[in-house]
Amino acid sequence: MMRLPPFTYLAPRTLHAAATALAEHGADAMPVAGGTDLFPNMKRRQFEPKVLVGLRGIRELTGIRGRGREGMTLGAGTTLSAVAAHPEIVAHYGALATAAGLVSSPQLRNMGTLGGNVCVDTRCNYYNQSHEWRKAIGFCMKKDGDICLVAPGSSRCWAVSSSDTAPVLWSLGARVRLVGASGERVVPLEALYRDDGIQYLTKQPGELVADIVLPPADGWTSAYLKLRRRGSFDFPVLGVAVALRMDGDRVGEARIVLGAVASQPRPAPDAAAALAGERLTPELITRVADLAAGPSKPLDNTDFTHPYRKKMTRVFVARALRALAGLPGGGRAAEEVA
Amino acid sequence: MKSRLSLSVNGEAHDVLVPVHKTLLEVLREDLGLIGTKHGCELGECGTCTVLVDGEPVLSCLALPADLGGREILTVEGMAEGGRLHPLQQAFAELGAAQCGYCTPGILVTAKALLAGRPTPTRQEIKEALAGNLCRCTGYTKILDAVELASLRLDHSGLTSPNVGRRRPGEGAPTANETDHSGLTSPNVGRRRPGEGAPTANPT
Repeated sequence: MMRLPPFTYLAPRTLHAAATALAEHGADAMPVAGGTDLFPNMKRRQFEPKVLVGLRGIRELTGIRGRGREGMTLGAGTTLSAVAAHPEIVAHYGALATAAGLVSSPQLRNMGTLGGNVCVDTRCNYYNQSHEWRKAIGFCMKKDGDICLVAPGSSRCWAVSSSDTAPVLWSLGARVRLVGASGERVVPLEALYRDDGIQYLTKQPGELVADIVLPPADGWTSAYLKLRRRGSFDFPVLGVAVALRMDGDRVGEARIVLGAVASQPRPAPDAAAALAGERLTPELITRVADLAAGPSKPLDNTDFTHPYRKKMTRVFVARALRALAGLPGGGRAAEEVA
Repeated sequence: MKSRLSLSVNGEAHDVLVPVHKTLLEVLREDLGLIGTKHGCELGECGTCTVLVDGEPVLSCLALPADLGGREILTVEGMAEGGRLHPLQQAFAELGAAQCGYCTPGILVTAKALLAGRPTPTRQEIKEALAGNLCRCTGYTKILDAVELASLRLDHSGLTSPNVGRRRPGEGAPTANETDHSGLTSPNVGRRRPGEGAPTANPT
C-alpha cells in the first residue's frame, strides 16, 4: 500500500497568505489544489515536500467571470468539470471545454483544477512508476538519478508535457496571472513553459497561477483532438489544438499548438501561417497537416510508438481543420484506439 | 502530528484524531470502520474509492479530510435508508450487475449522483458518468442495465416525492417488469425507454 509521506498542511484563506507561506518555507513547500496530480506523485515519492500549502479554501481562486464577447477570466482553482460545463466557454471557447472535459475521469475532473492542469507535471514511462520500480531499473535524472533513461546520451530530461488544456489555451491566446509574495505579473501562457522535462515551468517556485485570462472570442472557432488508448483516464499521448479566426470564407488568423510531443506544448507556426488568407479546401488542409507534423517530435517514452504518434499528428491536424471547415471526415473530440 | 477533524459522513458527525497526511479513503476505512469504500489503485486511476462530497463523485484516495470540514460525505453505507436498499442497489442485485463486487460501491455512489442530477439519463450519459469506474468482471452491460432499471423505477415513483426509493416490489405504482429477474432476456428491463434513439453498442 502506498501512503502519502508525512507533511505539515497549511490552509490559507487568501492568495497573499498562500504566496507568503510558500515564500517562507522555500524549497520545502509546494502548493496543492485538487491534489489529483501531486498526491499520486507523492505516493510514488516523486515529491516529498515537508509543507503543503492547500489552495482549496481560497475563494479568490475560483470562479468564472466575463463573457466570450469581451473575454473571460477563469480562476485557476476552478474545477475542470466546471470549465467543461460552463455555457459561455462551451459556446465561445469550444476547444477549452472539450479539453477540460477529456482530462482523465469524471471524478478526477470534479477535483482537479484548471490551474493544476496547466501546471501538470511532465510524464515519462521511466518516471511515472513506483519508487521500487524506479529503484530496480535505476533512477532517472527527473528524480533521484543523473541520466535520462529514454536518451541516455542526453544532458536533459525528455519527460512529456501532458496537459490537455495548455495547448488549447496557448492556441486561444490566453494569458496567466501569477501571484507571488512580492507582487504579481501577467504573462502570455506560452511564456509559462520551457522545453525541459524537469524545469518545464518558468514561474518561480513561490508563484501561484491565480487566473487564466482569455481574450475576446469574436470570430474565433477552435477544436481539440486527443489521442490516447482508452476513452477515459489516460493522459494525452498527442493533443492537437487549432484555433481559427475566419474572415468571410477565408482564414484570417490561425494557431496550431501540439500537446504531448515535447516537454512543453509545441506550436506549429509554419502550418498556421500557411492557412492565413486561404480558403479551407481539402488540398490546403493536407498541406497544412504535413507542415504541422514537422515540429512534432515525440520520443519513445509514452504509450504507443513514437513514429505512430508523429504520423497521427498529421491525421489529427487534418481532422481538426476539416471539423472547423465543416468538411466530412472531421474528428471526434477524443479518438479511442484499442 | 495528528489533527483533530470533524467529518460528516452519511449524515453522522464524527470527530477523528488522525495524521493530516491520511487520505479520506484511509480515514474512512481505518478510523471510521467504513470498509464499504474500496481501496484500489491509490492513484486516481480506477474509481473504486469513489465517494460523494456534497453530492459530487470524488476520489477518496486523493482527498484530504482536512479539506472536507463542513462538507457532507456519502459512502455506499449511507445509500440504504431505514434498512431498505436504494433502488440502485436493488437493481444491481436483481440484474447481477456485480460479480466480484469490488468496483460496486464506487459505481453505486457515482450512479446515485448521476440520477440525482439527471433522473432519466440516456445509456450514453450513463456510460459517460461511469467512465471513471473500472470494472474488470462484468463487461459493464449489466451495470448499465441496472442503472437504467433504477432510473425507470425512480422516475416512475417521482423524484420529488418523499417516498423516492422507498417503494417495495409489488407495492403499487407502475413498474418496469419489476418482478422479471431474467434481465437481459426481457425486452424492457433495464433497456432503453421508447423513443430514446437507436440501440447503442455494448461499451467494450
